[in-house]
Amino acid sequence: MRPPVDTAIPEAAAVTARETAAQEAYWMASQWQLMWRKFRRHRLALVGGTVLILFYVLGIFCDFFSPYTIRERFQGLQNHPPSRIHWIADGRLVGPYVYPTVQTLNPETFEATFTELTDIRYPVRFFTRGEEYRLIGLFPTRIRLYGVERPAGIFLFGTDALGRDLLSRTLCGARISLSIGLVGVAISFALGVIFGGISGYFGGRADMFIQRMIEFIISIPTIPLWMGLAAALPKDWSVMQLYFGIVVILSLVRWGSLARVVRGKLLELREHDFTMAARLAGLRERAVITRHLLPSFASYLIVHLTLAIPDIILGETALSFLGLGLRSPAVSWGVLLKAAQNVRSVAAYPWMLIPALFVIVTVMAFMFVGDGLRDAADPYRQR
Amino acid sequence: MAQYLVKRFLYMILLLWLLTLVSFIIIQLPPGDIVSSIVRRMAETGEAADQAMMDAMREQWGLDKPIHIQYWRWFRNLLRGNMGFSFLLNRAVAEVVGERIALTALISGSTLIFTFVMAIPIGIYSATHQYRAGDYVFSFVGFIGLATPNFLLALILMMGLLAVGMSPGGLFSPEYLKQPWSIGKVVDLLAHLPLPIVVVGTAGTAGVIRIMRATLLDELEKQYVITARAKGVAETRLLFRYPVRVALNPIISTIGWLLPVIVSGEIITALVIGIPTVGPLLFRALQFQDMFLASSLLLMLNMLTVVGTLLSDLLLVASDPRIRFEARAG
Repeated sequence: MRPPVDTAIPEAAAVTARETAAQEAYWMASQWQLMWRKFRRHRLALVGGTVLILFYVLGIFCDFFSPYTIRERFQGLQNHPPSRIHWIADGRLVGPYVYPTVQTLNPETFEATFTELTDIRYPVRFFTRGEEYRLIGLFPTRIRLYGVERPAGIFLFGTDALGRDLLSRTLCGARISLSIGLVGVAISFALGVIFGGISGYFGGRADMFIQRMIEFIISIPTIPLWMGLAAALPKDWSVMQLYFGIVVILSLVRWGSLARVVRGKLLELREHDFTMAARLAGLRERAVITRHLLPSFASYLIVHLTLAIPDIILGETALSFLGLGLRSPAVSWGVLLKAAQNVRSVAAYPWMLIPALFVIVTVMAFMFVGDGLRDAADPYRQR
Repeated sequence: MAQYLVKRFLYMILLLWLLTLVSFIIIQLPPGDIVSSIVRRMAETGEAADQAMMDAMREQWGLDKPIHIQYWRWFRNLLRGNMGFSFLLNRAVAEVVGERIALTALISGSTLIFTFVMAIPIGIYSATHQYRAGDYVFSFVGFIGLATPNFLLALILMMGLLAVGMSPGGLFSPEYLKQPWSIGKVVDLLAHLPLPIVVVGTAGTAGVIRIMRATLLDELEKQYVITARAKGVAETRLLFRYPVRVALNPIISTIGWLLPVIVSGEIITALVIGIPTVGPLLFRALQFQDMFLASSLLLMLNMLTVVGTLLSDLLLVASDPRIRFEARAG
């Protein structure tokens, strides 16, 4: 870190001055500024954070980034492999274009193959007009990032068994898959803070009871429990009702460990000198909690919340994959993966697994960010 | 010590009773009951069911009684080893669940062993080679393992098996499927075990590696290690004699959360690769609202983890002198 010592005295003085300034900035920095400094040094966490921002933006504006709506079907183009994008024609670079494809059925094996009709080139157009949609549900527009003129189609991730563009569905599936983690964690957080707070603040019997309850919940295998609870959701519920039903089920199991964190931290902080000092200074109980206790463990809570999000996302994916969670017409990554339940269909149409890639990358990104936050939030870790 | 064991055992009995309650309530939550489910199915095939028949069925199975009486009847029968009747399979539940639970327990148990056999050496290696290439490789693979849902890993591995021309999935070859147990069948079973074990165990292994690595790193920094090194204790001997032993204790206590994770994973994996354990049966029972079967399966699965956790607690008492003394004192 330290620059090589120079013999020229004025320069050395400048270096010392700069160092002092840097030190001063360090000592005067707030807790969050310090965390941000350390977090920035965690490269994987930065990559993870960037990926998450990208995915959330893609999800929120999925209609714009995808060429088709999630319901548009292409007759005769079912289970179409990812489209081939061509760049060169007649030995010249002419930019991206596609050929329309037709399905031919092998009369003996009944396997469908797609052949390109190379008569007309259909260039990929950017900021083109597609089906009308409402951007973030508000502004009606037809502009989409890219697309091609019919009858050609552009399916970067291929199509599903009903001839719908998998890329459009994957991007829009992110809305449910990514939001369910946040909503689920919000519910777990509320439950965790309430029960953990009661447990840590009152102690005694309430603490004993809540702790045993948490132990009990944690000892139950989640998937069978989720399966049982999800099977109890009425079959005629709307997508919205199902969504909230599933979120509640997923977070019912997850709040326990958060409550433990809150309780443990409260118990520890209660004994600290600064709490005593705040009390002695005549602060009221509420001020002690909100001004001194909460800020001291807010960072820990954020770490645990970040690490809880992937659990909820994986839970929804697993339930929907089994057909117990969200169902069509809702589109989430789990619902899309339901098409990949059978090995033989996966082997025949491997692009059906693309949504799984999004699940894995998202979960890893959350874990990296959580790790980075954990390191950043730990005041005793100097690296 | 004896007092601790008794206390722990009584607590487990209480937990088991709570589990019967939870398992029963969850299955009762869906609207309608098994009779309406049967009637719906009959209506789909064009048969009509009259009210008298439905009432007769409800009476036969005690479904007309209030819920707490139903629970009491189910619980009393349970104590006698009678788990009720499965409408789905048309047999007594006790007759069907035994083998499936045994297979689930076998896979879960083997997975637990696999997890430790893989995770402990890798964790030790990663901690002693911190920030070297091997550590990064294991960390990276571990992250992928943690992030990949079980069912996906199952699909990918099965595709791999399919690609090299092996028959993926299942727990028995077709020729042994309906056969009674024999040595040949056991060998066949063992040959099919690795796939579900790897699928179920990967996430847990990744988690245990991280814990092992972190605790061992903490231990290695401690004063006693430096002292021992200064006194000239050989590095390997020092490592295995003290820090590793201390670091193993948190690992043993992970069984408490690892077992539920493994059992969960086993259920969903069994559904994907089609092995005749509890998973597929529970799934069908839930969809059919076959309440006695579903409740019993749910209960047995939960018992598996509760009993497993008790065993891990006892193991911890046996292995950690600090807890042993505390248990003796308390």
